[in-house]
Amino acid sequence: MEPQAIIARRIARELAPGMLVNLGIGIPTLVANYLPPGINLFFQSENGLVGTGAPPEEGMAHPMLTDAAGHPVTALPGASTFDSAMSFGLIRGGHLDLTVLGGLQVDQSGRLANWMIPKKMVPGMGGAMDLVCGAKRVIVAMQHTAKGKPKIVKQCSLPVTAVRPVDLVVTEMAVAPANLSRSAFDRSVICAKSVTPRWWIHL
Amino acid sequence: MQPLPLDKSVALIPDGASLMIGGFMAVGTPLRVIDELVRQKKSNLIVIANDTAMPGRGIGKLVDAKLLRKAIVSHIGLNPETQRQMLAGELEVELVPQGTLIERIRAGGFGLGGVLTQTGIGTSVENGKQRIEVAGRQYLLEVALRADFALVQAFLADYMGNLSYALTARNFNPVIAMAADTVIASADHIVPVGVLAPDHVMTPAPVVDYLVAHS
Repeated sequence: MEPQAIIARRIARELAPGMLVNLGIGIPTLVANYLPPGINLFFQSENGLVGTGAPPEEGMAHPMLTDAAGHPVTALPGASTFDSAMSFGLIRGGHLDLTVLGGLQVDQSGRLANWMIPKKMVPGMGGAMDLVCGAKRVIVAMQHTAKGKPKIVKQCSLPVTAVRPVDLVVTEMAVAPANLSRSAFDRSVICAKSVTPRWWIHL
Repeated sequence: MQPLPLDKSVALIPDGASLMIGGFMAVGTPLRVIDELVRQKKSNLIVIANDTAMPGRGIGKLVDAKLLRKAIVSHIGLNPETQRQMLAGELEVELVPQGTLIERIRAGGFGLGGVLTQTGIGTSVENGKQRIEVAGRQYLLEVALRADFALVQAFLADYMGNLSYALTARNFNPVIAMAADTVIASADHIVPVGVLAPDHVMTPAPVVDYLVAHS
């Protein structure tokens, strides 16, 4: 199984009926593919949709029904659409139960960096800062290492997305609650160096 | 509200103007108006919008044609040309968290001086901003944003200028329609008064100054 699929499948276990959930771009988007059967919940697209469904069948796309990346989606029964002020009111007002975001680094105090690499990659924060500050629960979905180096670090060297600690970090090797204890942090680094691909810190 | 042909609507906009433009990755962006801005070779514009779409699409066309001096946006990750111009110092880009951006615009349109938000605290977004404590919690003061023009795209407009929007093409449109000195709306369909029920009007006619006529 691909690392991205391992991560997405594990995060899907955090979903519960009735939740309002926002999935970021990349690995987080895959979480919807592993939704446990029988669980009804709402996915939000921050461009103004609650009740986001799977991409439409070939030829069925509507040019004015898209996700935050601009890709065509469907709207499930019970869906609603609204403007960006309402959309971020849902996020910032504490109405969003869970957000799953990609990450470049998470540090020992649970701070996430995921919006820029100075002088190299400056995509802008989009809704990421609002999501980390406003969602009731924040899960980071990221591969354990980048170019062989652990992405769970003592202190973020990249600009942070928020000072609020995230709640859970899920990689293909570890599931770690934020505010990592010293030993958990060390194990995460050891795990990145080891040849054993999976070492679940916490389930 | 006054109906105007496309070329005359865009001719109202002088070089150097600040423009709020609706749309999210070009969905809900007034594409005909963008094309006309390029055709009339406007220059030195300031754009306030969610994003700059991508090269060759929506606001991306203004970037391609180098008509902008500044962009105040939340995301440029899908437009490498905007990133290139920013890193080369050809285009000033102010990156604003999306929720903060829309609230600053809402404040500008609703007569507020700004908003207090926790978004951005302790990050580079905080630089140069005032922190205010309310009931024991820290907030950033984010000041209101207004523009000379709002370029709004609706799904339906009636002959009086009442507007409604479709699905995810609504996004920034009804909010920017409140926050500019001059509001130029275009619509996918222009319909008789009465087709839009009062409950379905999302932007009331009195805030719309010009409606771009179909060609």
